[in-house]
Amino acid sequence: MGLPEIMLAVLWVGLTAYVLFGGADFGGGVWDLLSGGAGTGRRRRELVEHSIGPVWEANHVWLIFVIVLMWTGIPSVFAAVASTLYVPLTLAALGIIARGAAFAFRKASTRLWQQRLFGATFAFSSVVTPFFLGTAAGAIASGRVPPGIARGDLVTSWANPTSLTAGALAVGTAAYLAACYLTRDAERTGQPDLAEEFRRRALVTGVVVGVLSAAGLLVLHADAPGLFAELTSGRALPFLVLSVVAGVASLPLLWLRRYREVRITAALAVVGLLWGWGVGQYPVLLPGVTLREAAATTSVLAASLGSLAVGAVLLVPSLWWLYATFQREHTAGRERAEP
Amino acid sequence: MVTPLLAAVSAAGPATPADLGAARMQMALSLGWHIVLACLGVGMPAITLLAEWRGHRTGDVHYRLLARRWAKAMGVLFAVGAVSGTILSFEMGLLWPGLMGTYGEVIGLPFSLEGIAFFIEAIFIGVYLYAWDRLSPGKHLLSGVPIVLAGVASAFFVVTANAWMQQPTGFALRDGKVVAVSPWAAMFNPATPPQTVHMILAAFMVAGYGMASVYAVAMLRGRRDRYHRLGLLLPMTVAAIVTPFQIGVGDWAAHFVADYQPVKLAAMEGVFASGRGVPLHLGGIAVDGELKYALEIPYGLSLLAHWDPHAAIQGLNVIPPADRPPVNVVHWGFQIMVGMGSALLLLAAWLAVSWWRRRDIPRTAWFARAAAVSGVAAVVALEAGWVVTEVGRQPWTVFRVLRTVDAVNPAPGLVYGFALVSAVYVVLTVATVYVLRRLARDVPVPIAPQEPDVAGYKVV
Repeated sequence: MGLPEIMLAVLWVGLTAYVLFGGADFGGGVWDLLSGGAGTGRRRRELVEHSIGPVWEANHVWLIFVIVLMWTGIPSVFAAVASTLYVPLTLAALGIIARGAAFAFRKASTRLWQQRLFGATFAFSSVVTPFFLGTAAGAIASGRVPPGIARGDLVTSWANPTSLTAGALAVGTAAYLAACYLTRDAERTGQPDLAEEFRRRALVTGVVVGVLSAAGLLVLHADAPGLFAELTSGRALPFLVLSVVAGVASLPLLWLRRYREVRITAALAVVGLLWGWGVGQYPVLLPGVTLREAAATTSVLAASLGSLAVGAVLLVPSLWWLYATFQREHTAGRERAEP
Repeated sequence: MVTPLLAAVSAAGPATPADLGAARMQMALSLGWHIVLACLGVGMPAITLLAEWRGHRTGDVHYRLLARRWAKAMGVLFAVGAVSGTILSFEMGLLWPGLMGTYGEVIGLPFSLEGIAFFIEAIFIGVYLYAWDRLSPGKHLLSGVPIVLAGVASAFFVVTANAWMQQPTGFALRDGKVVAVSPWAAMFNPATPPQTVHMILAAFMVAGYGMASVYAVAMLRGRRDRYHRLGLLLPMTVAAIVTPFQIGVGDWAAHFVADYQPVKLAAMEGVFASGRGVPLHLGGIAVDGELKYALEIPYGLSLLAHWDPHAAIQGLNVIPPADRPPVNVVHWGFQIMVGMGSALLLLAAWLAVSWWRRRDIPRTAWFARAAAVSGVAAVVALEAGWVVTEVGRQPWTVFRVLRTVDAVNPAPGLVYGFALVSAVYVVLTVATVYVLRRLARDVPVPIAPQEPDVAGYKVV
């Protein structure tokens, strides 16, 4: 394993972290959208806000990490992807702006109409953004981004069966992860009724995402036979098995209200999908372009990976502290806040 | 097979002038927007921590209240800055794949480092804002320090990438591919020292004058209590201390441009004919290869640029018109930046004299008026300075290596993207200003039960 492989693995770790953490924040927005009227949905929305408020910005940085590592490590691939997928990526970028800004604005607003307006923007863009990011992933997975600048079709590269399925799967995954995480958050903050509600939602979305994944495999069979073969009978098979096993195991765990364990199995199901795709497509990044051909020069990879290793020494304890601070629920704090 | 091939060919044709213009305007809009937020992101945490520390040390409730309110605004601004910065990393590829596809790896290192710094910033801003009631005052103060350090580091790393576009070093080109890349040499290119220092100081000026002007406006409306006076004094003191240094650093940066980018200097000063003992031009409009209606200060430019009244200055005429930047934009951008910077220096001196003589801000309403517009002046100077840097680099994206027309995405329809992005930014601007104004007006919600005095303090 050389530096290009390490770089790609680090990039994929970043992507995984973004889907698991950033994705769940988008999922929070999806549940915000489905929370009902201002009165009945208030507590659900508060739980979502309470859970993602302190962490979404840090989670969001994973996306920047992925983008920067892409243009540093595989610059020509980055240019090909960004120029061909100009349309969905522009829409995703605008969705990111709307989501983050509206979430912060809602938090700072006190009047109902403002909270409604910003809340609707936040929730709607939480659906749109993962969808378009998913279509971009589908475009790469189905080999619709040719090498070179803007060489692919500007519309059909991302408006095709694989992309649309991937987009739907991205939204579904986000909602599923969020529902699983929120059950535990609700339980920990002493709101068992909300935990029950999100348990039901997690069960339903879990089944929906499972069906979507199976449908996705059928789409791949027709649309990207190479990747399908790798997933079902090649190197990527173990990851597919992991995803299916973890996904199926999540349902009884949810049924039994084992919310802590379900966080792990739900995440593993998603990890299996992502790494199955990555391993299944490796070493081809774009049609006719392998990792070795696209990788940046050794000096660049060494400097960037070295910096990231040093950075990780600072980042890992900081991130751990962040999550620990806000996962250690302070029941006393709630009592103070609501006397 | 024929149809996709045709589609690919038509899609990859050269960008139309309208699309190129749209891509440049979109980048200018989103960068020009984000840079204000970035400045506040670098400068505000330091000033907020200063207030929190003073409040902690002196027990003065006004400082604590200011820190609380600034932290709240910081939370909004940081979120908006984080997402408006994200779109930039998208746009690097969406709009300029010709730059990133070839040179992305050369400037990748500073962006990787910036990613780490931004991560640290995001983590600790989460802790600082949301754990106010979970940490002891001392620990809470400490949790803000990484935000300040990482903010300054982020600014440094990002600007090194821009400096590389001005002075591309650390690589060789062979058959259109970069080889022998030395990322550290690219990062520490000759333009890095003056540009990064100039930018970091600018960030503190924008944040300091910007925060002070909020309280200056309130004072003009008759609220001259201690809370508002401190709200003006503390940020403005930081900005005023930085201002004279910034003038000196600006001079350093101009000397650098004179030595390394003489074409840009010629455009900044509207010099067309090369010569010795070149005068300094104030104002004026460039028409047909000549600067008209300008006020001339004899020998001024030679003296300022090279410390010698007879020094030679290269004019724009030595290079073909197609390789020249648009003169009027660069010339006026520079004049406006220098003008605003000088005015802010006078304001800083006014505050210093008043403080030295009677330990207070000047009493006259004229000072409050000047302070009220100082934030706008600092932002205008910032934007004008970036116009000089970036428009002065044209027609190159990477100075003398890659032309902007070759960097742009050849996909059709960039004008529609620009229209859409512009509409989103109009809404974003209106909403941000609206929310910040509400935050400034509302009585702050106490977020730390450990400080009940703040909760009970009512601001009029």
